[in-house]
Amino acid sequence: MDRIPILTMGRFLLVTIQVDMHDQLAMNLQDDLTNKITEETAKGVLIDISSLDVVDSFIGRMLGNISSMARVLDAETVVVGMQPAVAITLVELGLDLAGVHTALNVEKGMKMLRRHLDSDDGDLNDWNEHANSEN
Amino acid sequence: MAISTIGTSMPTLKTETLPVSVESHIVIVRQAARRLAVEIKLSLVDQTKVVTAASELARNLLIYGGGGEVVLEVLQEGLRLGLRIHFIDKGPGIPDIDQALRDGYTSGHGMGLGLGGAKRLVNEFTITSKAGEGTHVTITRWK
Repeated sequence: MDRIPILTMGRFLLVTIQVDMHDQLAMNLQDDLTNKITEETAKGVLIDISSLDVVDSFIGRMLGNISSMARVLDAETVVVGMQPAVAITLVELGLDLAGVHTALNVEKGMKMLRRHLDSDDGDLNDWNEHANSEN
Repeated sequence: MAISTIGTSMPTLKTETLPVSVESHIVIVRQAARRLAVEIKLSLVDQTKVVTAASELARNLLIYGGGGEVVLEVLQEGLRLGLRIHFIDKGPGIPDIDQALRDGYTSGHGMGLGLGGAKRLVNEFTITSKAGEGTHVTITRWK
């Protein structure tokens, strides 16, 4: 069964969707991500969709679901890199991805996740360790 | 309704027929729609719109119509080219089309954006449906 790889980076999970996803692949990603959040006690999920040239209501709903499930598991999700033509089409289709955080690119998305982690007092020490090991 | 009666008013430059009986066929429909949309030089936004509409309708065809056929046509009307896509099933049909076209209406799996949403993404949209006989949706995007 095809699966989209999920990378772990510190407390974050990174996913880059580079294929035209069939519905089952999207469902698998949803399941894999929620499992991985629990396994890795991840605090953030970054989903890069810059290679996707179509986001229909099914994929849109999957992005919304991932975001909601992650939130329930105490992790934030940011969807980054949406192509302008995809954004125009999504809104005209009637899907506004309410409740899904978005950023223009991976860098801005990571900044959002870090800010979220920073403001999370309980994990501040953890975060500093990660920040130091990065420098 | 016979396919041969469709599009007789203008020349059809190309016709492709694809079966939709499993989920992975939706991806094939998307790719065929993209290829033809590029071929008639639709703008990137218009390509994305027609491909997205095709994706929604192919999924409807599979989920509600129990599968069927997608027919893609490249049309010429005077100087302009267009991409027309038919979605034909022999499923249960849609009892109330007006209701089905309304945003938020869904009989199950979807988000209720399928038909109404797809309609907004194209220039022309027609739907005929007969209880017990099936549904035929046609979308057209002109260059």
